[in-house]
Amino acid sequence: MDAPQTGEGAHIGKSVVIKGELSGSEDLYVDGNVEGKIELRNHSLTVGPNGNVKANVSAKSVVIQGKLDGTVNASERVELRKSAVVNGDVTTQRIAIEEGAFLKGKVDIQKEVGKAGTTSL
Amino acid sequence: MATVSDNVMKFFRSSSNQTAESAVPHKLTRRSSGMGEISRLLNSQEGLCVLDMGATSANNIRFFTGKGHKNYSEDLLRSSLDPGLRTPDITGNPVLNSKKFLEENLVYANAQFDVVLCWNLPDYLEESLVKPTIDRLWSVMKPGGYLLAFFHTRDAGPDSICYRYHVTDSDMLEMQEVKFTPPGRPASEKQSPRLQRVFNNRHIENLFRDFASIKFFLTRDAIREVLVVR
Repeated sequence: MDAPQTGEGAHIGKSVVIKGELSGSEDLYVDGNVEGKIELRNHSLTVGPNGNVKANVSAKSVVIQGKLDGTVNASERVELRKSAVVNGDVTTQRIAIEEGAFLKGKVDIQKEVGKAGTTSL
Repeated sequence: MATVSDNVMKFFRSSSNQTAESAVPHKLTRRSSGMGEISRLLNSQEGLCVLDMGATSANNIRFFTGKGHKNYSEDLLRSSLDPGLRTPDITGNPVLNSKKFLEENLVYANAQFDVVLCWNLPDYLEESLVKPTIDRLWSVMKPGGYLLAFFHTRDAGPDSICYRYHVTDSDMLEMQEVKFTPPGRPASEKQSPRLQRVFNNRHIENLFRDFASIKFFLTRDAIREVLVVR
C-alpha cells in the first residue's frame, strides 16, 4: 500500500507535526511526525517513507515504510517495507518483512481466533 | 584527523562498489549442525525466548513463533554502524563509544533468553564491542541457554562475503549476502561489511570463558560453528 488516493482515508502530510492521541474510523496515512498514540481499531495505518511516528499503534493492519518507535498491535497484519525502521514490540496475526527492513523488538504472532480453538502464543 | 564517515568506512569492503550486482542477491544454503542442536531444544519445549541478532528475517520469525516460542530481533551489526555512537577521543578522532552502544542495545532483563543466535556477528563487529557484547549476552541468557555463533577460519580471506542467515528447516540455513548503505552515501551505494578479524580456537574459548561449555563443529566452508552453553 503506497500513498492513498483521494477519498480513501485521512492523510497527514510530511510537513505536519502532531503531538497527542489520534483515533479514527477510517484508514490513515502518516507521512509526517506523530508523537503520542494512534488507535484505528478496524482500519489500516500506513507510515509513509517520510513518516516518523513515536507512538504506540493499534489498528487492523499496519504498513511501515518510514520510522516508528513504539509498540505495534495489529489485529490482522503488519508489513515492514524495505525502508522501515521499527523500534518496539509487534503483536499481530501475520507479518511480512521486506529485505532491508530493520526491527528491534519482540514479535508476538497471535493465532487467528476461531481456528481450531487456538489461543494467542 | 579522520572523520566519522572515514571511520565507519573501514567496516566496509572497498572492493564492493557493485551497484549493478546488488540487484541480484547472492543466496546459498548450508546444513548447520549447531542449528540442528538448537532445533532439538526448540522442538522439545514450548515458550522459549529466542534472540536473533542477525538482519531482521521474516523466515526466522515464522520459524520460531510457529513452534510456539517468543522471538526477539536485534540487528546488532547494523546498530553498531550508527554514526551517533562515535565520539571524539582526546586527539579528536572519532571512536566508537562502547558504553553508549550497550546503553542503547541489548537492553533486556537478566536471564531472559533460552537461545541466542549470534550468527557471524563477532567476526564483523568492531573489536572494542566484541567482549562487552559477549559479556552482556552472558547476563541476558538463562543458565543452560544456548548460543550459536559462526567464526571464519584462516582460509576465509579478508574479502569473505558477509551473510545473513534464514532458518529454512531444523538444520538448514539459507545464506544471503548482507549489504548496507554506509552513512552519508546514496542508497544505491550498498556495500558489504568487511571481515574484521579471524579468531583461532583459543581466542574463541577465551571469549566464552564465563560460559559453562563450548562445542565446535567443523565444516567444509571455512566456517567453524560454535555452540556455547551458558
